[in-house]
Amino acid sequence: MKKLINNVEDVVQEQLQGMALAHPELTVKFDPCYVVRADAPVKGKVALVSGGGSGHEPMHGGFVGQGMLDGACPGAVFTSPTPDQMYECAKAVDGGAGVLFIVKNYTGDVMNFETAAELVAAEGIKVQNILIDDDVAVKNSLWTAGRRGVGTTVLAEKIVGAAAEAGYDLDQCADLCRKVNQYGRSFGVALTSCTVPAAGKPTFVLGEDEVEMGIGIHGEPGTHRMPIKSVDEMTAYAAAQIIDDPAYTRVVREWDGQGWADKTLTDAPFAKGDQVIAFVNSMGGTPVSELYAVYRKLDEVCKAKGLTIVRNLVGPYITSLEMQGFSITLLKADDEILKFWDAPAKTPGFVR
Amino acid sequence: MPMTKAQLLAWIDKQNAVFLDKKEYLTDLDAAIGDADHGINMNRGFAKVMEKLPTVADKDLPAILKTVGMTLMSSVGGASGPLYGTFWMKGAMALDGKTEMTTADFKAFLEAAVGGIVQRGRPELGDKTMYDLWGPVLAAVKAADDTAPLAEVVAAALPVAEAALAATIPLQARKGRASYLGERSIGHPDPGATSSLYMLQTLREALDI
Repeated sequence: MKKLINNVEDVVQEQLQGMALAHPELTVKFDPCYVVRADAPVKGKVALVSGGGSGHEPMHGGFVGQGMLDGACPGAVFTSPTPDQMYECAKAVDGGAGVLFIVKNYTGDVMNFETAAELVAAEGIKVQNILIDDDVAVKNSLWTAGRRGVGTTVLAEKIVGAAAEAGYDLDQCADLCRKVNQYGRSFGVALTSCTVPAAGKPTFVLGEDEVEMGIGIHGEPGTHRMPIKSVDEMTAYAAAQIIDDPAYTRVVREWDGQGWADKTLTDAPFAKGDQVIAFVNSMGGTPVSELYAVYRKLDEVCKAKGLTIVRNLVGPYITSLEMQGFSITLLKADDEILKFWDAPAKTPGFVR
Repeated sequence: MPMTKAQLLAWIDKQNAVFLDKKEYLTDLDAAIGDADHGINMNRGFAKVMEKLPTVADKDLPAILKTVGMTLMSSVGGASGPLYGTFWMKGAMALDGKTEMTTADFKAFLEAAVGGIVQRGRPELGDKTMYDLWGPVLAAVKAADDTAPLAEVVAAALPVAEAALAATIPLQARKGRASYLGERSIGHPDPGATSSLYMLQTLREALDI
């Protein structure tokens, strides 16, 4: 393992300390650990809180700031944060209009955020939790924990963050976040594995010439492995997985103010004529130059399928440590989504 | 013979020791079908519990158990944090004011604790989770006679737990990160059920002191 670290146990804490020093507009708390806007709470504004394992930077801590998140809860590397972090973070950012938890669909994240939502609600703070589950590489929600939350999370934090800034109330923010999730689909490809510092060895092993198609952001296995192909072929495959993905139905659990309510949601597939935001993401180790090679082919595939890319985002935003690879997210864009996509954002990891 | 406070403290101490000892083994089990952090997380959690324990060691059983639960909840992370955290906290609530634990008390403790796991994780038997161990163990404990010594009841539940753990090996995971492996999750014991077996084994040992 070759990494820029001191002691393995101190990795997350020291990185956050550095981030706090570099960004005085953020406040980083330890014990329990969370990151908030230095001007939190913003009175009368719905507060957005997300969180997850560390190792995906700039997500989520890097998206704390005006126009995106009010708070983020970093866990250990690739390990969900805990309810006490989320609870304290929610209390720190609530400006009276309530708190929206944006939760990526992983068993640990879901259970910790559900526990936190109960604690926050018991405190008399209005709270909603919306799941992001957009990874089309997971085919069967009956036999799995469901689609994982990946690239759409970044877009949701940008769009819903702008809506909260514009005065949306908690229900409106939750509805918009749910819509963004239902409009977004992603697919990832790994060229190499990655090493969690505490583990000291690669999470999985890929052959020198192999790629994993459908990789998750913690190195979860995808749909299959194959010998590496040209960027055009791999991009065309990933794009087709997204664009040709059929309707997807699952049951999600949302807090309804009193308790948990199961909701059945069905996402419609993409249709000819749709406008989309195209997001090409690096898994951490792949340079931006190669992402543009992906984007070049993605643009061609979208045109051929009758989709119009009206906005784009290219770069490392939701990463898996030093993993080489990329993910593509397509988000169907309507006027509401575009308006908030174009709104200003001032965060360490995303500026508009 | 009911469980004394000294035995409860010994149980917690033995769990700390076993999760230090089995840190790598549990992490390797988790690497095979999960995200390679279960041993690291359990070790971190019980190390924190040992730090907190002196502050409540003179309190009653539920106060101690609640502290274990809250500490695990806030330090383990992942899926096992909220599951084990809920296990101890719900179990504690069933023992209001008790200073020792009879067999009947243990039944109430375990029923509430396992109920907490079910409420939080919504597992079904056969999903390849820790509930595949706790479900049969709870049934065995509940079937025991209230007048039987607790050590005997726990000793009788151990082979049930061992068999339940072995029975997770051929299962295909339907919960947690292991579920993304599909059929590739078959052939490995569930890491959560494994750590749960250690909890029961250390309880058996603690009741001997």
